[in-house]
Amino acid sequence: MSFFFAALKRDLLLVFRHRNDIINPLAFFLMVAVLFPLGVSPDPAFLSEVASGVIWVAALLACLLSVDGIFRSDYEDGSLEQMLVSPEPLLVIVMAKVLSHWLVSGFCLAIISPLVAMMFFLPEQGYPALILSLLLGTPTLSLMGAIGAGLTVALRRGGVLISLLVLPLYIPVLIFGAGTVQAGSMGLPIQGYLALLGAILVFSLMLAPFAIAAALKISVRS
Amino acid sequence: MKIKMPRWFYQLASPKWFYDFTGALLPWFSAAAILLLIVGLVWGLVFAPSDYQQGNSFRIIYIHVPSSILAQSCYMLMAVAGAIGLIWKMKIAHVVAGACAPIGASIAVMSLATGAIWGKPTWGAWWVWDARLTAMLVLLFLYIGVIALNSAFTNIASADKATAVLSLVGLVNIPIIKYSVEWWNTLHQPATFTVTEKPAMPPEMWMPLLVMVLGFYCFFAVVLMSRARIDVLQREKRSDWVKKVIENY
Repeated sequence: MSFFFAALKRDLLLVFRHRNDIINPLAFFLMVAVLFPLGVSPDPAFLSEVASGVIWVAALLACLLSVDGIFRSDYEDGSLEQMLVSPEPLLVIVMAKVLSHWLVSGFCLAIISPLVAMMFFLPEQGYPALILSLLLGTPTLSLMGAIGAGLTVALRRGGVLISLLVLPLYIPVLIFGAGTVQAGSMGLPIQGYLALLGAILVFSLMLAPFAIAAALKISVRS
Repeated sequence: MKIKMPRWFYQLASPKWFYDFTGALLPWFSAAAILLLIVGLVWGLVFAPSDYQQGNSFRIIYIHVPSSILAQSCYMLMAVAGAIGLIWKMKIAHVVAGACAPIGASIAVMSLATGAIWGKPTWGAWWVWDARLTAMLVLLFLYIGVIALNSAFTNIASADKATAVLSLVGLVNIPIIKYSVEWWNTLHQPATFTVTEKPAMPPEMWMPLLVMVLGFYCFFAVVLMSRARIDVLQREKRSDWVKKVIENY
């Protein structure tokens, strides 16, 4: 356990030394959201109707953008190889990396999401649903994205490929996440949706670390 | 604990044995595929009674349903073969899995296209955002992802393993496609065939469909074996038996 926290602390420290890594996903999230009123329609009635979907799609793209770098710098400077040969269990390292990625991307997105919700005229009763669904849904995005990142880390053009691999897997989270916000903003109960998002999270927490570890082993040994 | 596998399972792992074995099977499957497809098509398109609601437009079911079933089975086969390759380090399993991806992608396209053609007269639209249609499209994306990942690696061994991991991860999508019609209330009709229940159609209509499904599976076996055989020859091009095969061709 102390090893887990040490690995987590290292990753977070690396992020804080390059502040851009925190700002970039958030700025991307805001920009994608801003494109919709500019590109489709600035009408408040229309915006409040599409807000749930747009915010979730923007969050998903921001996660996708940042997940590519989750192992890249460690792979390039050789420390990933050292982690693979170290006696510490790889699953723990993987979990620490995914958690640090989530804290930097998904967690921050959930915190600033009310800002975007306000710009999109989302009814105020939908705010708790938005924050809760992002808090429950984005860890799954980090976990699944890390599988794709592990598979493509050794490839030169991994960035484009990773979106192709990971986006189909993101679709269930998107559907239930946007559904939660939709239900919440209409004042309907959201427990069912949250339970589904939680179930998906538990399921991917159980299986994804093994897939990530296998993917890393394949990539590093190639 | 050691699990004892049957002898043929080990023999399949030998590329030469696999090549000879599938070479012996190919003519039988080809004949069966041609026979079943011709019988099924003629029976379904000419002799089966027309639907009381949809008239003759329902006849596309004889292409649409078999291709949809096959597109999903092909994914299952790809994932299972990939798992066998990962666990028992069997090269042939990776060859089979690699051969599945392009076939599955083209069959998924066929299922989507025939569905669109069927949707136009019955629903009045080429495409609707219905759960099953979308899930099928996602299946196509999964296939495309597998193909893209497979071709991105230069080293064959890591390409094999990486695609096997990805196809296993994508396996979670299969139950979503399978049950999408039952879980969401949508436009698409529920499954045509189930193992436990009697079909809702009269036998004159579902019998040719069954023949078509079997024909599609045989056709799939033929294409799969042909692709896998070529892949085996390419991978084993330095070995003596391949040289002999090429010389005697």
